[in-house]
Amino acid sequence: MFNVRSASPEKKIATKLTCLAAILLSSIGTAQAANGLSIESWRSDDANIWSDVIIPAFNKSHPDTKVNFAPTPPTEYNSALQAKLKAGSAGDLITCRPFDTALDLYKDGYLANLNDLKGLKQFSDVAKSAWVTDDGKDQFCMPVASVIHGFIYNKEIFKELNLSVPKTRDEFFKTLDTIKSESRYIPLAMGTADQWEAATMGFQNIGPNYWQGEKGRKALLSGKEKFTDKAYVDTWKELAQWKPYLGRGFEAQKYSDSQNLFTLGRAAIYPAGSWDIQTFNNQADFQFGAFPPPVAKAGDTCYISDHTDMGIGINASSTNKEAAKVFLNWMASKEFATLYANAVPGFFPLSDHQIDIKDPVAQEFMSWRQQCESTIRNSYQILSRGTPNLENQLWNVSAQVINGTMTPEAAAKETQEGLEQWYKPQQ
Amino acid sequence: MTPSNQHDEKKPFPWHLVFFLGPGLLIYVVFSVYPLLDTLVLSLYNEQQGQNGFVGLQNFITLVTDDTWSQAFWNALGNNFKFFAIHMLVQNPIGLLLAVLLSSPKLRLSGTYRTLIFMPTMLSVVIIGFVWQLLLSPIWGISENFLYSIGLGQYFDAWLGKESSALITLAFISVWQFVGIPMMLIYATLLNIPDDIVDASVVDGANSFQTFWHIKLPLILPTIAMVSILTFVANFNAFELIYAVKGALAGPDFSTDLMGTFFYRTFFGFQLQQGSASMGAAVATLMFLIILVGVMLFLFFIQRRIQRFQF
Repeated sequence: MFNVRSASPEKKIATKLTCLAAILLSSIGTAQAANGLSIESWRSDDANIWSDVIIPAFNKSHPDTKVNFAPTPPTEYNSALQAKLKAGSAGDLITCRPFDTALDLYKDGYLANLNDLKGLKQFSDVAKSAWVTDDGKDQFCMPVASVIHGFIYNKEIFKELNLSVPKTRDEFFKTLDTIKSESRYIPLAMGTADQWEAATMGFQNIGPNYWQGEKGRKALLSGKEKFTDKAYVDTWKELAQWKPYLGRGFEAQKYSDSQNLFTLGRAAIYPAGSWDIQTFNNQADFQFGAFPPPVAKAGDTCYISDHTDMGIGINASSTNKEAAKVFLNWMASKEFATLYANAVPGFFPLSDHQIDIKDPVAQEFMSWRQQCESTIRNSYQILSRGTPNLENQLWNVSAQVINGTMTPEAAAKETQEGLEQWYKPQQ
Repeated sequence: MTPSNQHDEKKPFPWHLVFFLGPGLLIYVVFSVYPLLDTLVLSLYNEQQGQNGFVGLQNFITLVTDDTWSQAFWNALGNNFKFFAIHMLVQNPIGLLLAVLLSSPKLRLSGTYRTLIFMPTMLSVVIIGFVWQLLLSPIWGISENFLYSIGLGQYFDAWLGKESSALITLAFISVWQFVGIPMMLIYATLLNIPDDIVDASVVDGANSFQTFWHIKLPLILPTIAMVSILTFVANFNAFELIYAVKGALAGPDFSTDLMGTFFYRTFFGFQLQQGSASMGAAVATLMFLIILVGVMLFLFFIQRRIQRFQF
């Protein structure tokens, strides 16, 4: 307790000094931020790679610029970033989610226009498409990386059971049957507790083979195709068939549970995003490989989800824009692409440089770009702008279809009705 | 004294009141009253899709009548009532029972029990959620083996993942965590009951159950009423546990969605869904009104009828 009356002059001075010290201490934080560059990101897994590999490499050619990588966990990133931007305390460089999330930040004036950034020449229009305005005129983030979907499998289990990599859907389900009946391994490591895997690793993974990649995605955008069309219902039908091959109690199995089941060697096949490679490299002590989503008949064109996932932009209210541009131009270089692709296997550079990836599984994923047609997730461009939100709906219905609490037809109907509520071309 | 004389001797302005109440009032107004009023005002505006303007009660009408919003809203509200009902039916009776047992002079080690039962209340909800997910996990959890060892193995299920059981399971986890609070409050009241009253009832020939029913229970009723209203307010503000265990989408199929998670999704947005401050403010206002109405009903119908005893 403070006794006001008896405060001696000495005590008052002491109080003043304490206040002064507090002010000084608190200003150090802001002072540091003003001298260097601070990067906002949701990739908290990569913090070590940035501090040990990427930033030192940048500092070799640009020793004067201090860079600080300051990530937030992925699930909190969007809201945390928005709050920081509104409060004016966000970093100089902003890692951009693809499409509307970043577009809205640009529209609200939080991201700087990058049209005259030299580094952008290194990227194709498709790569840049996730971060331009609808009219294609303004670029607000530079592409950094994409992720590819497919299946990762345990090579040792496949060898033990004498299995080969399935190419068609029939082979895929035969493989699953064999694993289920002839071993104690869980055929497919996936759960529906977090819901997003059902949509992202399920629906968007195997779906492009049904709706023929970009063709189907654009047809949805233009209103020519509906979610109630055969391609989409069939995708959910195949998802519904996954149920018997999932582990017991998969309804309460979370994403990290699935990863653990696979890395502990208890599950044979893992519906994957290429970003999982890094985790498995660190945790699994067996050989694993990857195969693309199986097609209907041997020889059919295959389609993969090669999703433009990550870009980087400049905070419009940054006081250090020139240094930020220098950093972005460096990120467009071959040096960064090579460093990044090898430091973070599973995130594939979007620039046109020819680079060597050393990780064999990442190489495998990347090789599908030559054999198959690439597309991105169909809910990301424009279609998740309204209420109800299409991406959230896909999570929910896909999880329910796998749980067996919703039929594929009902899933299609609900999604289509949601889209028709607000999207003109679909009405 | 003449009236004019009285007028001349006007009391000086009570500066000491300003001095002592001012800082507290200022903090209260700036951090509690102003945000609340600002939320109420914000809920009357629309800032979706580039428009920004006064729309009156439109947000509330949308929330309650428009299919895309009302389904989620009524679902969350209904779940909230279920969540509250489970707390009232399980947490508070158990809390009462534990308090009665603890206050029994014959019980040894009562201090240890008290600490152990109260302990989870002090832990972070995130830790509670994580620990219970591990315990109940069908893959790694120990609850399945535990049930087998007592012969109930076949009843084990992925409780946190099923629509039918997820909300109930979460409510039980919350009950487990917070049962210490009603226990402590009721326990403190029980200890306050003078021994002479209890002794008198024993002399009159009452057995221990009759003593509890006719003597102790009427004396702790005000505390039970207070515990109920605290439970009501806490349950209708609940958010962290659901968010920690099931995420903001409160799956499966929104079966664990409470007003708190519904508000979070609306205000902050989720994944590709953009947050809407005005719609979120409308949800928050409704939450506030529901709690306000609940507390008022309680004050009018229950609090006024409770008799308090002074020892």
